[in-house]
Amino acid sequence: MRLVFIGLAAGLFSALFGVGGGIVIVPLLVAIAAFGAREATATSLGAIVVTASAGVAFYALRGEVDPGYAALVGVPAMAGALIGTTAQQRISTRALTVLFAVLLAAVGIWLLAG
Amino acid sequence: MSTTTIILGLCLGLVVGVMSGLLGVGGGILFVPLLVALGLGQVEAAATSLLAIIPTAAVGALRQSRYGNLRVVPALVIGASSIVGVEIGVRIATSVPEHVLRRLFGVLLIAVAVQLAWRARASNARYPDL
Repeated sequence: MRLVFIGLAAGLFSALFGVGGGIVIVPLLVAIAAFGAREATATSLGAIVVTASAGVAFYALRGEVDPGYAALVGVPAMAGALIGTTAQQRISTRALTVLFAVLLAAVGIWLLAG
Repeated sequence: MSTTTIILGLCLGLVVGVMSGLLGVGGGILFVPLLVALGLGQVEAAATSLLAIIPTAAVGALRQSRYGNLRVVPALVIGASSIVGVEIGVRIATSVPEHVLRRLFGVLLIAVAVQLAWRARASNARYPDL
């Protein structure tokens, strides 16, 4: 029942914002379903495949999905993710994380103001 | 698509991937602003971002299942029940004005920024969200 609740929340969030929903699934699995952080992250990735596919299907029916653009950014991102995951094991990312948080907040404020 | 758009998309797509792998942030949160910057509308960007994150999530899930971290049944229960939420989310996204959606996305970005800053402080747990 708790998992169903997590799924409902994640699906709503995912479709509304175009994100996987991990930001909802991971903390909820840890907080209300007694998952460890590693298991929660891995399990959320599996759920996201289903959630994102459903989102694509529903949006495609309304003609909102642009496969050309998805490939344009998605394919290089896969290569980048491999590089990033490998590099992450070797370097300290703390300073970078703070910088990135500042950048995200700036984009967020820009979107709010615009 | 113009040549400039293609070059920008490829380069920034690579940067998005590196950042999400490096920092454990989901691709979607970065794809959406990138796609908007490349000229898509907010709803179109959200829809297209969902397609773009599927392969990365699938590869990540497969890799994690080899490490024994993926719990398949809970993942499927969450995935299946998310479909109802997705349907509601799509309806809301396609019925509210785009500028409202864009502002909500701005709030989301700020929330993720706070979460990241918090994580940098705590520094022990990583939550890669896609």
